[in-house]
Amino acid sequence: MTNHWIDIKNADAVLIMGSNAAEHHPVGFKWVMRAKDNGAVIMHVDPKFSRTSARCDFHVPLRSGTDIAFLGGMINYILENKCYFKEYVLNYTNASFVVGKKYGFDNGLFSGYDAAARSYNQSAWAFETDERGAPVRDFTLSHERCVFNLMKKHYSRYTLENVSATTGVSRENLLKVYKAFCATGKPDKAGTILYALGWTQHTVGVQNIRASALIQLLLGNIGVAGGGINALRGEPNVQGSTDHALLYHTLPGYIALPLAQWQTLAEFNKANTPVTALKNSANWWGNRPKYFASLLKGWFGDAATPENDFCYGLLPKGEKGEDYSYMYVMDKMLHDKMKGGFVFGVNPMNSFPNTNKMRAALDHLDWLVCAELHHSETSDNWRRPGVDPKTKKTEVFLLPSAHRVEKEGTISNSGRWLQWFDKAVEPGGQARNFADIFVPLINKLREMYAAEGGALPEALLKQNWPARYDAEEWARRINGFFWADTKVGDKTYKRGQLVPAFGNLKDDGSTSSLNWLYCGSFTEEEGNKSKKRDLSQTPMQAAIGLYPNWSWCWPVNRRILYNRASVDINGKPYNPAKAVIQWDGSKWVGDVPDGPWAPQADQEKGKLAFIMTTNGYAQLYGPGLKDGPFPEHYEPAEPPVERHPFSGQLRSPVYKFHSSELDKFARAADPDYPIVLTTYSMTEHWCGGGETRNVPNLLEAEPQLYIEMSRELAREKGIKNGDGVIVESPRGRVEAIAMVTIRLRPFTVMGKTVHLVGMPFAYGWTTPNCGDSTNRLTVTAYDPNTTIPEAKACCVNIRKADKLTEIL
Amino acid sequence: MPKSFLIDTTRCTACRGCQVACKEWHDHPANVTKQRGTHQNPPDLNPYNFKVVRFREHLGADGQVIWNFFPEQCRHCVTPVCVDVADMTVPGAMVHDRATGAVLVTEKSAKLSAEDAQAVIDACPYNIPRYDPATGRLTKCDMCIDRVANGMAPMCVKTCPTGAMYFGERAEVLETARKRLEAVKADFPKARLVDADDVNVIYLLAEEPEHYHDFVAFAQR
Repeated sequence: MTNHWIDIKNADAVLIMGSNAAEHHPVGFKWVMRAKDNGAVIMHVDPKFSRTSARCDFHVPLRSGTDIAFLGGMINYILENKCYFKEYVLNYTNASFVVGKKYGFDNGLFSGYDAAARSYNQSAWAFETDERGAPVRDFTLSHERCVFNLMKKHYSRYTLENVSATTGVSRENLLKVYKAFCATGKPDKAGTILYALGWTQHTVGVQNIRASALIQLLLGNIGVAGGGINALRGEPNVQGSTDHALLYHTLPGYIALPLAQWQTLAEFNKANTPVTALKNSANWWGNRPKYFASLLKGWFGDAATPENDFCYGLLPKGEKGEDYSYMYVMDKMLHDKMKGGFVFGVNPMNSFPNTNKMRAALDHLDWLVCAELHHSETSDNWRRPGVDPKTKKTEVFLLPSAHRVEKEGTISNSGRWLQWFDKAVEPGGQARNFADIFVPLINKLREMYAAEGGALPEALLKQNWPARYDAEEWARRINGFFWADTKVGDKTYKRGQLVPAFGNLKDDGSTSSLNWLYCGSFTEEEGNKSKKRDLSQTPMQAAIGLYPNWSWCWPVNRRILYNRASVDINGKPYNPAKAVIQWDGSKWVGDVPDGPWAPQADQEKGKLAFIMTTNGYAQLYGPGLKDGPFPEHYEPAEPPVERHPFSGQLRSPVYKFHSSELDKFARAADPDYPIVLTTYSMTEHWCGGGETRNVPNLLEAEPQLYIEMSRELAREKGIKNGDGVIVESPRGRVEAIAMVTIRLRPFTVMGKTVHLVGMPFAYGWTTPNCGDSTNRLTVTAYDPNTTIPEAKACCVNIRKADKLTEIL
Repeated sequence: MPKSFLIDTTRCTACRGCQVACKEWHDHPANVTKQRGTHQNPPDLNPYNFKVVRFREHLGADGQVIWNFFPEQCRHCVTPVCVDVADMTVPGAMVHDRATGAVLVTEKSAKLSAEDAQAVIDACPYNIPRYDPATGRLTKCDMCIDRVANGMAPMCVKTCPTGAMYFGERAEVLETARKRLEAVKADFPKARLVDADDVNVIYLLAEEPEHYHDFVAFAQR
């Protein structure tokens, strides 16, 4: 979230799209209700009318996989009707930047496309620069290649007619949303966008969110109270796991994964430290070398010295262009390129797409370690229905893991608040939390490497690794220490004392921090700030529900990101009634500002508002993504239609996919698979249901796998409510119970009827008679930037079942 | 002055926190249920579910979907006819606690004959009590009398995340109910309070009771 949960109440318009907020965030949804109480208009745009829709002012059904068409239509509406907040757009976005002559867009393809490699040469999209390397800007917005005009041209194709034909949303409904949301393009109005996996799990997932960024920047809704782009995290600590780099592509604190081409720290830093030619751009990522050196110091302690590159050489390096995401891991497994694995905190044999492939792939492992509360479809894959366990070679180690309430530590919520949780009860039996599994395991490996040697033993032996795990000690390590006596202002910190803020981190080995974003969360002065539960606030903070002394928030306790854009260039709030920050002539008051500098208007001491971008401006045009500088509508990997009404390019030209014999795809408008399937979770079960199916009172409320479908489709297929149904895709077959409802309706897409069905993915065979993985139907096609699979849109067919074997 | 609930269905998201929390507080085991083509489960009140969230959908005049949620429970009537009917055969099988307004089933209800137990059930205008064949007793919502007697809110109220449920002194709840009704009328012109003068569990509906459940209002009998 750029903002936070409570802040939703400040919105004048709430657009919930790509999210079923009420069902998946039932507690947080109270802030949406609060916004409604305050008079906000609440809109839900989603394929299905859900419990969220029931509490909104209105619901607009949208064909799954057409969000960019819908949002592109809104961008066009904003530009055509001049709803944008012009002063904000000029001062805070790169609308004025002139794009280089090599940029082009023709019939669905951006310039620089290499068809054989299915990739773009992004240098074709670069900005035009002057002799100093600074971007050429035209604040009159008259240059034909300035971002604003290119954007206008790009989205002029997203007419109401084209968008309606693509999305299946009526013109009337399009205008209803566009008008209500675009009314927030005024200085004193704010609109928030709430999204979740409904936007990310597409072959255009990243661009779905980029499209929302364009809208919010045009309307001046970023940085303000009640605005922002708010990712509702479906797991309480997903934000924390992202920050701490649970994924493969970064190191903690959003530092790039080292690649083999950068053999020294200097090479890494050169490639990963942006430089700006604009003197009033803060270019915050210019500090990255300090954060990386401090991270290495945190990992390797006294062994990390400036002379040895802080042990950078001991880190594993990726190969350029190689994809290390879980989808590629599973494919490697299938092709016998992996021998063993640890699967923790996820149930891939139920939750990953094309589960039949995943289940077959896991059989190739010699050994597997799982840590679970219960047996799962993953831990027990070797004895899944239809296989003879004797033919499966995998040796499985199932470690009992502690439940959330059986461990203490921090959780970073969607709003980036770091909150400490106490242990309620001791873990049952021999169960341990993950850290109490990993810390001794690494110590055992260290012992073995010390005694027996092996390949590169230093990588483990030189680590600053503890003998035992202690949650609070780890929180201190994450914050970071001084490794040499250091003077900050008039105070001297001793070696071993906590660093007070990330502004004090250095690249000379005198500081450590396991994550620079969290530096300042645990200090000598105030202790463990994640334990703060103080409701005190100033009247200005009270006006927007900002509680700076409740827990702590990264970065530096800033509750609303990009808040320098909530004020004009002189530091005066655009909406004084809901001011986030304000310049009082000598300092900022309110929230912690995005940097202490004077407002942007001050040519000497001021800084541009968007401190995290190299040139200080928010990016309407973003030349850094794999699939284009502007979001463009492409159909899902399995389109239910044959053509794109305003482009020659049906699917994304660069989406990724696998092509083993287990990765089959339906053709465009495939008559064998004419129905769109979207998949989702629900209130009563958590994600794949591995935990909640073992909670009897939740299973009582949602006992078995269902398929929601319209009355029209049910009639066409001779299916009655409650009937057993067989659902088939090119990849698998799933049984479900029909839920025939008015909450789903057929879409009219380019004059043709397209049916859409929806299924939860919470059911798996280890819970008797409840059904098995819905993901046996979904596709192994991915976003080119993140490799997130397209779980929200694929094509299937359905028929009434004569007999059910999975659901009894 | 008895206690009352306000259940504002215009704020309910059917998360079923109340349904599950009620079971947890009462240590009720789960029923084995099946998917029957609806989200509503269990299908009905039963000895292990004093509270069930009911789901009902229909199309509005403008073609928009309307999906109503009804967290059903005993109304704890101001004049509980079930107590009178039970008293006719087994005095004390059901009691009306004047201090809280709670209508409670006692262990003496096991002494009711099957026929007399059915008469109590049939007497309820809201079709609430259920017979428990395992104990022979009648079962229904007890207002979490153990919690209320100790100054705590009933479990369902405590759990509700969206502010759909209020609990407090009757006069105060009636006042809140009237204010809420006024507030929601702007969005829902057909909004109403159900049988507010006669019950201590007052529902605020956005439209006619039949769009929620068959036994919402006395008048549906």
